[in-house]
Amino acid sequence: MSIKRKIISKIMMTSTLLCALVTLIPLISIFLYVISKGITNINLDFFMNLPKPVGEPGGGMSNAIVGSLILVGLSSIWAIPVSILGGVYLAEYGNNKLGTIIRFLADVLSGIPSIVVGIFAYVVFVLPMKTFSTISGAFALGIIMIPSVMRITEEMVRMVPNTLREASWALGISQFRTTVSIVLKTAKAGIITGVMLSIARIAGETAPLLFTAFGNRFWNQGLNTPIASLPLQIFVYAMSPFEDWHKQAWSGALVLIMLVFLTSYLSRRTMKSRYKI
Amino acid sequence: MKKIKFIDPLFKKTSKIVALSVLVLSIFLIYVMVKYSIPSIQKFGLKFLFSTKWDPVIENFGALPFIYGTIVSSLLALIIAVPLSLGIAIYLSEIAPLWIREPLSFLIELLAAIPSVIYGIWGIFVLAPILRNYVQPFLSKFFGFLPIFSGDYYGVGMMTAGIILSIMIIPTISSVSRDIFLSVPNDQREAAMSLGATQWETIRLSVLKYAKPGVIGAIILGLGRALGETMAVTMVIGNKPEISASLFAPSYTMASVIANEFTEATSDLYISTLIELGLVLFILTFILNMIARLLVWSVSNKLKGMIRE
Amino acid sequence: MEQNTGKIIVKNLNAYFGDNHVLKNINITFPEKKVTAVIGPSGCGKSTLIRCINRMHEVVLNARVEGEIFLDGENIYPKYIKDVEPIEIRRKVGMVFQRPNPFPTLSIYDNVAAGLKLNGVRNKTLLDEIVVNSLKDAGLWKEVEHKLNHSGVSLSGGQQQRLCIARALAVKPEVVLFDEPCSALDPISTAKIEELMFKLKEKHTIIIVTHNIPQAGRVSDYTAFLYLGDLIEFDKTEKLLTMPTNKMTEKYLTGKFG
Repeated sequence: MSIKRKIISKIMMTSTLLCALVTLIPLISIFLYVISKGITNINLDFFMNLPKPVGEPGGGMSNAIVGSLILVGLSSIWAIPVSILGGVYLAEYGNNKLGTIIRFLADVLSGIPSIVVGIFAYVVFVLPMKTFSTISGAFALGIIMIPSVMRITEEMVRMVPNTLREASWALGISQFRTTVSIVLKTAKAGIITGVMLSIARIAGETAPLLFTAFGNRFWNQGLNTPIASLPLQIFVYAMSPFEDWHKQAWSGALVLIMLVFLTSYLSRRTMKSRYKI
Repeated sequence: MKKIKFIDPLFKKTSKIVALSVLVLSIFLIYVMVKYSIPSIQKFGLKFLFSTKWDPVIENFGALPFIYGTIVSSLLALIIAVPLSLGIAIYLSEIAPLWIREPLSFLIELLAAIPSVIYGIWGIFVLAPILRNYVQPFLSKFFGFLPIFSGDYYGVGMMTAGIILSIMIIPTISSVSRDIFLSVPNDQREAAMSLGATQWETIRLSVLKYAKPGVIGAIILGLGRALGETMAVTMVIGNKPEISASLFAPSYTMASVIANEFTEATSDLYISTLIELGLVLFILTFILNMIARLLVWSVSNKLKGMIRE
Repeated sequence: MEQNTGKIIVKNLNAYFGDNHVLKNINITFPEKKVTAVIGPSGCGKSTLIRCINRMHEVVLNARVEGEIFLDGENIYPKYIKDVEPIEIRRKVGMVFQRPNPFPTLSIYDNVAAGLKLNGVRNKTLLDEIVVNSLKDAGLWKEVEHKLNHSGVSLSGGQQQRLCIARALAVKPEVVLFDEPCSALDPISTAKIEELMFKLKEKHTIIIVTHNIPQAGRVSDYTAFLYLGDLIEFDKTEKLLTMPTNKMTEKYLTGKFG
């Protein structure tokens, strides 16, 4: 009797370890393929050149890489201040009905599929402007950033002990200066971590850009024109029937995965350094 | 001092306005989705959700194949991901030696950081060929009598989409579950152990039973992610609006059809039907997320209600 | 030590948490069907001592045990530690914890039946019988008779603790360990549990850890005094509490430290 129970226990314990190992297989496989297939085609041309038509050698993804940086930059410029101010509001003044509602909506917003956000940006920008545009893409990506950055700001600001605020008020320092130079400064590392993780996420987003930023085979001509982006380019190339483009797609994937992991890694480092003040 | 009087209320107001703008934005988003769905809703009504015809040329739109594809691919993902995720969560919270826990959690969570388009490219060029050349012939040969493994196989299709989705939602389900398991008070485990329970019985009796509502919440969160996932699925599911019992057959999801056809949609009605699909997706994920959050929250609150003195 | 046989004999027991040496060379014999109290200031290792007896000490990370403990003459820490199954030991040696810890998802009935079900008892009449008897033995039957299918956590703290006692009794242990069972309870609940001890020792060997000296005096036949991991004195309770031979015991009893 007892032996049977012991064996069942052993089997279950071992199978939990197996679960973890099985899950690592796709992770390792993705890494190996992205690196081995991507690296063969990575050279200076890849970073310097525009895409070439099928069959012509030497095409690159320079416009897509720069496009991704522009899109991420533009969305950060508007979404980060909004998220941080909103987060500060929730933490410092948000213990009321309004705060609860906003918190709830932020959670809802963070759960909706990114393609739905794309539709929203399409209706708000592309329909009235009658053109796909950089600005609509940056709008969509920004909306995806807001909920997570706002909630993490709130959490980090809440973690700042009240004694610090009181000490500052006791010195006659205004609420505004207290928040900016004491509270936000203390919460800085945590907020930066949240921001970077969120940047890593939107850098890899494709779906909301399909009918906003749209993609572009050439350099971007301004905010109201379509713009290329790395994930979008990977998608288009991967789905094409051409061997050449598949190679380019793998190289693009390698660059993208490096960018995303570098950002995540840096954010983890800030997180760790926070505890070593 | 005068400056303080001026600046502080201004600061409070500004932050409040910004916070309000998030509220306005969310409401506006819902408004937009509903408003632009109206032409389609008026034209097709409820029939939209139950009709299987999708013919843009004659503007006859029925969403059932997409709804079917979305639900089946997500359920398939859950069937694969739930046992694996729970195993991982149990291993990480109860069994693994301390030095393994952090690096292993990191690796599993790395899966969540991989952009979906990269899952897609790996899916078409690596996973689909493996399935087509090894797994599907095997299943077809030995289990072909089952409807789900019948018919021709191409690599891309429902099965591939389900597998990719399962990999993508494992980090969500496993990390939320692990956190819930870790929040189970230790005296529950000791109670089971002191009755002579084996390690597995201890976990089953004290941890799993206790954490059940939270785990269901975690699973629903994962389901929400799977339903809305677009790129990876679009790249491997085959994009054919047909309902087939076979997991080998190509299929189509709501998110994928929006991704593929939105820029090609020529008429207002066509766009409206796609937006209505987006609305359906939005409502589904909205409800699921709400339930999931309530469930996860209920477990963390149970702790407080439990200890009476 | 009268004619009473030693149910549990502890020989040269050392216990550690990492580098922390929490029990130092303990030698003690717990007599059968008596209540033995283990007293001492907090951190003296008294909980660790009883957790060694049901092999629960080792489940804590980095915890380690050296030495021997004989239960009915059988060493539960043999040279090849795998020769003895902790699960079997824990069936013979039940435990009641500091805080009541009923399983919140199980009913009162299922809480008591939990240990039996693990052991594969499926027979409904047998289960019913044991559950009822255990609840009666724990002095809880009258209070829960009509709500056996309610959740265990719907009870008051003292009732929860008696439910935990019933749960421990249901697997028919020969020894029951109590780890400060009343420290989270009100005086009335405490009195009920102390009363219970008298009844329980008819069938069971009982070891109770307590920081409450009067409680040790009320419930126990023998008392062991531990200080900083050392066993300072062990004797009949009435003797140890009134005429301790050791200076340190005397100091502790008179409240000079701890």
